[in-house]
Amino acid sequence: MQQSNTYIIVFSLVLTIILGGLLSGVSQVLGPTQKKAVELDTKKQILGAIPAEKAALATMTAEQVTARYEEVITSSVTNIQGELVTEDASGNTLIAENVNIEKNYKLPAEDRLFPVFKYTSEGNVAYILPTFGAGLWDAIWGYVAISSDFNTIQGISMAHRGETPGLGARITEDEIQARYVGKQILDGNGDLVSVTMIKGEKNPESKLGPHKVDGMAGATITGVGVNNMIAAYLDYYKNYFDNNVEVSNALSMNQ
Amino acid sequence: MSTETLEAPVVKEKESLLSKRRKKFVTDPLNDDNPITIQVLGICSALAVTTQMKPTFVMALSVIFVMIFSNLAISLLRNAIPTRVRIIVQLAIVATLVTLVNEVLKAYAFDMYKELSVFIGLIITNCIVMGRLEAFALGNKPYDSVLDGLGSGLGYSWIILTVAFFRELWGSGKVFGYPVFEAMGIENFATNGLMVSPVGAFIVLGFIIWIQRSKTGYVEH
Repeated sequence: MQQSNTYIIVFSLVLTIILGGLLSGVSQVLGPTQKKAVELDTKKQILGAIPAEKAALATMTAEQVTARYEEVITSSVTNIQGELVTEDASGNTLIAENVNIEKNYKLPAEDRLFPVFKYTSEGNVAYILPTFGAGLWDAIWGYVAISSDFNTIQGISMAHRGETPGLGARITEDEIQARYVGKQILDGNGDLVSVTMIKGEKNPESKLGPHKVDGMAGATITGVGVNNMIAAYLDYYKNYFDNNVEVSNALSMNQ
Repeated sequence: MSTETLEAPVVKEKESLLSKRRKKFVTDPLNDDNPITIQVLGICSALAVTTQMKPTFVMALSVIFVMIFSNLAISLLRNAIPTRVRIIVQLAIVATLVTLVNEVLKAYAFDMYKELSVFIGLIITNCIVMGRLEAFALGNKPYDSVLDGLGSGLGYSWIILTVAFFRELWGSGKVFGYPVFEAMGIENFATNGLMVSPVGAFIVLGFIIWIQRSKTGYVEH
């Protein structure tokens, strides 16, 4: 069957309009649900930085996660000088959960906004810091929970966009993330040394110590990405902790 | 692959919904004309998604959905589609369906979406889908095409699920995320890292093809 050019053009146009309409309709209908799913996922990742919370997350419903999040997390936004930022450039109130870490990652560090999620539960206080960096193939990100002494890592949750399954993608596994628990980011002089994942797997404890964690076999480059990401962001948040400690002291003196 | 347009059925009394001829549409691709092991199509996703059963299962469902509905749509439009742009029309319809699947997963199964999004997108380029549209749906009635899509989808699904079963079992010691070896009391089961990498899929797939061909006696010409 040979059709005229007009027929082909009209057919293509009609098909395009129908399919395009269908897709945009679906996108409109599902949009709010998708947005909620993304927000819920972010909350899960933030809470997941605390090992005890992560264990509980597996059996929680969406409502329970949101309720728990609101119960234990108070968020704020800081800049690289460690000053609290409450309004964005155009004067709107900043919501830490809505600060896009990836977009900020593309700005120079001085211009970035850094959300801080303060976790308080049964006397345990931790500051959950979002981090972002590059793995082997694509972006990796994580949430590091640091004690208020800005030294001890209480836990970490990490995610990735395109690391190799079974190799670099293992950063999402509990087993890998558990290796960071209890590690320290300051050396004896109080200088920031961060925590690094070393090369090779099943290293003896003698090779690890407080500033190193066991590596992932076959995923050294992802490991290096994780190291760079954590070290860079801990450095960015250092000022926040310096200022924050003073603020909390001042408050307690006033009381 | 030769195009297999069925010769127009001789006019006769109404064919039953599941006649012998129609059953063959569904059963043929399961074994004798399996898209993966015989036609060797759709290998890319068969290697990529099969590290674990759960994502593989979602992937299989997605492919079945896309196959059935793209076959249906193309078959309904078969007399209206201009021959010169038929491939683009097929592509547009498949891409629309795939995007639908992706959007639905993003809304209702976000964890799966995170894991599978890339591969769901690649269903568009899965040769099984376009292959069936071109070879079957363009020349057959809607109901037959739906059955054909279902058959090819199932043929694809059981192979990738079998591959995923062995890869997850040997690579992670689990089935559907359930630690079977620990449940059987075998602690410290030595998992095989090879199974987790795509190479493992090649090996498992090779064994499946070997076993299948030794049974069916199929040889490449």
